[in-house]
Amino acid sequence: MTELLTLSLVMSTLRLATPLVLAALGGLFSERAGVINIALEGIMLAGAFAAAAITYATGNPWIGLLSGMSAGVLIAAIHAVACIRYRADQVVSGTAINILMFGVPGFLSGALFLSSGSTPQLAKEQLIPNAPMVMAALIVPLAWYVLYRTPFGLRLRSVGENPAAADAAGISVASIRYAGVLLSGVLAGAGGAYLSIGQSSLFTRNMTSGRGFIALAALIFGKWRPVQTMLACLLFGFTEALSIQMQGVVKLPSGEDIPVQFIQIVPYVLTIVVLAGFIGQSRPPRALGMPYEKG
Amino acid sequence: MLELRNITKRFGNVLANDQVNIRVAPGSIHALVGENGAGKSTAMRVAYGFYQADSGEILIDGAARRIATPHDAIACGVGMVHQHFMLVGPMTVAENIVLGAEPGSALALDLSKASADIRRLSREFSLAVDPGALVEALSVGQQQRVELLKALYRQARLLILDEPTAVLTPQEVEEFFVILRGMRQQGKTVIIITHKLSEVLAISDEVTVMRDGRIVGRLQTRETEAAELARLMVGRDVLLRVDKPAARPGEPKLTVRNLSVRTSAGPAGVNDVSFEVRAGEIVGIAGVEGNGQTELIEALAGLVEPSRISGDVRFEGQDITRTGARVRRELGIAHIPEDRHRRGLLLDFDLAENSMLGVHYRPPVVAANGIMLDQAAIRRRALAIIAAFDVRPPDPDLPARVLSGGNQQKLVIGREFALRPRLLLVSQPTRGVDIGAIEFIHRQIVALRDAGCAVLLVSAELEEVVSLSDRVMVIHKGRLVGDVDPKVATVGEIGLLMTRGH
Amino acid sequence: MKLLRELVFPLIAVLAAFLVGGILVLIVGDDPVQTYALLLGSALSWPDGIGYSLFYATPLIFTGLAVLVAFRCGLLNIGAEGQLYVAAFATAWVGITLASLPAWILLPLCFLAAVLSGAVWGAIPGLLKARFGSHEVINTIMLNFVAIALVSYFTQYHYKMPGDPIMQTTMIGGGARIPRLGRFIPGFPERIPLNLAFLFALAACLLVYLFLWRTRWGYEIRATGSNPTAAEYGGISIRRQIVVAMAVSGALAGMVGINEVLGYRYRYYDGFSANYGFTGIAVALLGRNHPVGVLLAAGLFGMMIRGGIFVDAFTNNVTKDLVDVLQGIVILFVAAEALFRGRFAKAGWPTRTKV
Repeated sequence: MTELLTLSLVMSTLRLATPLVLAALGGLFSERAGVINIALEGIMLAGAFAAAAITYATGNPWIGLLSGMSAGVLIAAIHAVACIRYRADQVVSGTAINILMFGVPGFLSGALFLSSGSTPQLAKEQLIPNAPMVMAALIVPLAWYVLYRTPFGLRLRSVGENPAAADAAGISVASIRYAGVLLSGVLAGAGGAYLSIGQSSLFTRNMTSGRGFIALAALIFGKWRPVQTMLACLLFGFTEALSIQMQGVVKLPSGEDIPVQFIQIVPYVLTIVVLAGFIGQSRPPRALGMPYEKG
Repeated sequence: MLELRNITKRFGNVLANDQVNIRVAPGSIHALVGENGAGKSTAMRVAYGFYQADSGEILIDGAARRIATPHDAIACGVGMVHQHFMLVGPMTVAENIVLGAEPGSALALDLSKASADIRRLSREFSLAVDPGALVEALSVGQQQRVELLKALYRQARLLILDEPTAVLTPQEVEEFFVILRGMRQQGKTVIIITHKLSEVLAISDEVTVMRDGRIVGRLQTRETEAAELARLMVGRDVLLRVDKPAARPGEPKLTVRNLSVRTSAGPAGVNDVSFEVRAGEIVGIAGVEGNGQTELIEALAGLVEPSRISGDVRFEGQDITRTGARVRRELGIAHIPEDRHRRGLLLDFDLAENSMLGVHYRPPVVAANGIMLDQAAIRRRALAIIAAFDVRPPDPDLPARVLSGGNQQKLVIGREFALRPRLLLVSQPTRGVDIGAIEFIHRQIVALRDAGCAVLLVSAELEEVVSLSDRVMVIHKGRLVGDVDPKVATVGEIGLLMTRGH
Repeated sequence: MKLLRELVFPLIAVLAAFLVGGILVLIVGDDPVQTYALLLGSALSWPDGIGYSLFYATPLIFTGLAVLVAFRCGLLNIGAEGQLYVAAFATAWVGITLASLPAWILLPLCFLAAVLSGAVWGAIPGLLKARFGSHEVINTIMLNFVAIALVSYFTQYHYKMPGDPIMQTTMIGGGARIPRLGRFIPGFPERIPLNLAFLFALAACLLVYLFLWRTRWGYEIRATGSNPTAAEYGGISIRRQIVVAMAVSGALAGMVGINEVLGYRYRYYDGFSANYGFTGIAVALLGRNHPVGVLLAAGLFGMMIRGGIFVDAFTNNVTKDLVDVLQGIVILFVAAEALFRGRFAKAGWPTRTKV
C-alpha cells in the first residue's frame, strides 16, 4: 500500500480535484444565495466544449479558458432567469439544463467539426494544465473572504437564509441571487474548461461524466462552507486517483482486480451517509430551493 | 412627518386599501388600529415600499416621495419592524443590524466599527443586546430589540411597528412601552399597528382607525375611550357576550395528569399540567400566545411525537397518551386547528376532498371493498356539511383556496362536527373570520356543548375565552396557573394571571 | 374546457421549444422546415415510424408515471434512472438464473423482479427522507451513480459471456420473452421491437389514475403532497406515504426492465438507458403530472427520438442531439410556466385569486 502514496498520487489527486473544487465553489455561491444548482454538470459541459472549440479556432488556450467561463455564465444565466425571474422549480430547471447541455455540444460539433460529439485534438502547447490548478487553489481563500468578510458575502448569505429579511433591509434579493448563480457559471465553466484544455486535449461527448454531481456532493459534504468543500473535493479526487493507480497493481486475495466500480461509488455513498446525519449534520441554507415572492 | 394621500391598493379582486389618508405628526406615537384584514399592514407596507400603491401618494416631511422599494423608504428615514421578525437566524446581531447598510468598503466589511456603533445606539435607547450573539439564540424580546436597532442604525426617524406586542409577555410589553416613550423623547416618530385597544390607550398620542380598507376615524387618544374605538373598528356596538344557558356538566371526558410536552427545539412547551374536561362544559384556556397552548392542543390531538410527551392522558378512562391522530378521531375526539391553512385544509383540493380528510379511509367514504373511494358518498357528505354550515359558495368542486377565511373555517368546523365528537379540541375558532361568521361559530360550539360534548377551547382573544367558556384556566409559561369561574372573575384578574403567572 | 386549458401551456411550451430548436438548426446551416418535416414524417410513417415511436415511448411512459406518482406526494424522483437500471438487471438475473423454468412461472417471476427491485431501490431514498429527513433529490442523484456502478460491476465480473467484448449479460431463458406486437397485428412486421410491454404501459396509466384518484391510498399520497401538516392532522402518516410513494415510483420505473429485457434485447445490456429516467421528468412535467398527459408527452418524445435518428442521417449538419436539445428546452419552458402565464394574464387570461 505504501508504494502507492507517492508524489504521483498526490499530483493526480490535485489534478482530479481541480475541476471539482472550481465547480463546487461555484455551486457554493449559487446555493448560499438560495438557488439549488444541479445544473453544475451542464455548465461544466458547456465550459469544456466552448474552451476546446475556441482554443482550436484561435490557437490560444487563454481565450479558450475565457470562452469556457463565458459559456458557463451563459448557461448559468438561463438557470438564473428561469429560477429567479420565472420562479421555475430549481431542480427541474437544473435537470433541463443538464439534458440540454448533453445535446448542445454534440449538436454544434456535428455542424462545426462534422464529428459525432468531439472537438478536434489540440496540440500540446495549446493546453494549460497548470493555470486552472492555481486558480482552484486561490479561489478557496478568496471565496472564504468574499463570503465572510465583504458586504456582498453578508448579503449573499442573508438572501440564502432569509430573503424576506434581506428584502426588508433594502437589498435586492433578485440581484444578489443573479450574482450568485452567474458566479457559479464562471467557476463551473472554468472547471469544465480544465477538463478539455487542461487534463485532456479535446472535448469528448459527456466528458464530465458526473463530475458536476460529484462537485455537488462535495458541496453538501463540505456543509456549504468553502474550506470544508475543498477538503471534500480533495477526498473525492483522492478516491478517483487511487482507483486509477490501483488498477492492475493491487489485487484482491482471489487474484482479481479490485473492481473500479466500488471506488467510483465512494463519493456518492459518503454523501448519502453525511446527509443522513451520521457524520455530523449538514444543514443547507434555509431558503435553498425556494423562489422569493414578496408578501 | 409621514402622510399617505388617497392610497388605493388592490390584490386581485380584493380592495385592501381604498382611498386611505393617514397623517402622522412628527415626534408622536401614532396608533393604527383595526380588525384583522382591515388593511392596516397593507397601508404600512405601501409606506415602506414593500407594495406599490395602485394610486395615491406618499409625503415625507411635506414633500411627495417615490417609495418603490424598502431601500427608498430607508433613504427617506423610514424604518419598519414586521410582525414576523425579518432576521437571519444563523447570523450575528451585528451582521443582522448592518445588513444592507454595511460599514467599511465594498471589499472589506468593518464589523468592529459596526459593533461599536451598535453599542452606542444600545446605550442611547436602552436597548441592551450583545452584537456578537447569534440571533437564533436570542429570546423573542431580544430579537425585537435587534429589529429596533436595525431601524435606528439606518437613522430611521419614523419607525413603523407592526403588531409589536403580539409576541411579548405583559412585562415585556411594559418595558417595550418605556423604550417607545424614550424614543419619542429623542425625537423619533412611531407608528404602532395593533388591534389591542388597551395598548392604544396606554401608549399613543393619536389614533387612526381602519375598517374594510378605509379610514373610519382619526382621534386624539386623550379624547377617546375603548368603547368608541371598538365601535369604529367593528362598525357597530360590539356584542361581546355569548348568550348561552348554564352548563350542565356530566362525567369527565378528558382527564390529563402531569402532562409535559417538549417542543422540537428542546425546552418544555407544556410543563406538568393536570386538568379535566367534563361532558357538557366548555373549558377555556386563556394565555398570552406562545405560552404552550399550541403544544398542549397538538399533544391532545395526537400530533406530537410520543417521545416528546410525558404524563398521562385519558379519554373516557382510556389511555390515549401516545396514540396517533387517527385513533383519537375514531374514539370521538374532533380537533379544529389553530391554523386552518397549515393544518386544517388541503387548499388545492376541492371542498368534497377536504370534507373527507380524517375519515377518508373508512366507510362510508370508502366503498364496501375497502379500497376504492365512493364518489357519491363523498359528494353527499360534502353537500351535507356545506348546507349545515352555510359554506359559500356551496360548490363541492371548488378548490378550498378560493373560499374566504370565514367560509374555509366553517368548512373545517363542519367537517369536525360531522364526526359527532364527544370531545372537541378547538383552537382560535374565529381567527381571521368576519363578524357574522364569528357569532355563527360561537352558537355552534355552544350547541355542541349542550348536546353533551366536552369542549376544550384555546383563543388568543381573552374576550372570546371569557364569554364562551364555563370554566377558564390560565396558562403561563407552559403551566396552568389558575382555574376561575368566568362569571365571577373579571377580565382584569384573568389578565393578571396571564401576565404574572400568580 | 378544463382539458383544453390544461393542454394550452404544454402545447405552447412544445411549440416554443421547436421554434428555438428551429433557430438552432438554421444557425448550423440546415433548413428547419425540412428538418422538422423529416423528423415528423419518419416518426409517423406506417408501420416503422409509428412502431418505433411507440417503442421508444414505452420506457418514457413508465418513467413519466414514476415521476408523477412521486411528484403527487411532493417528492421529486430524479432517481428513475438508477431504479430502472437496477430493475433491468434484476429482471435479467432472474431470467438467466431460472432460465430452465417454464414460461408460466418464469415470466411472472421476471415481472416481479422488475417491479420489486425497482420498488426497493426507490424506497431507499424514501426511507432516508422519512427516517433522517435527508433530501430525496440529492439522494436519488447519488443512488443513480451507485446503481449504475453496481449493475456494471455485476455485469462485468459475474454475468458476462466470457470473452464477450460488449458489456452485456448472457441471454435470458426463452420462457421469459414476451412477444412483439407484430405477432398479433396483420401488416405489422415482427422485426419492429414494439412489444407487449407497451400494452402494460397503457394499463399502467389507467392503474396509476385509479390508484391516485380513486383509492384511499392515492388520496393519502396526494394529501401528503398537497399539505403534509394537514395530512398529518387527518391521521395520515407522512413518513409512510413518502416511503410508499417512492416505492410505487420505483416500481413503475422498474417496469422499463420488462420492455428492455423481456421484450427487446432478452439480456441486460450495460448503459442501455438513453436518459429515460431524466426524460421521464420532462414527460411528467409536460404531461402536467396526469397519466393522460404522460401518455401524450411520452408519445411526443418517442416520436422525437425516432425522428432524430433520421434527422441525424439525412441532413447535412443536424445530429440526433437535436432531440436532447429540444427536450431540454421543453422542460425549461414548462418549468418556467410563469413566462407564459405572465403574458396571458396581461391578455386577460383567468388567474386564480381569492373570491
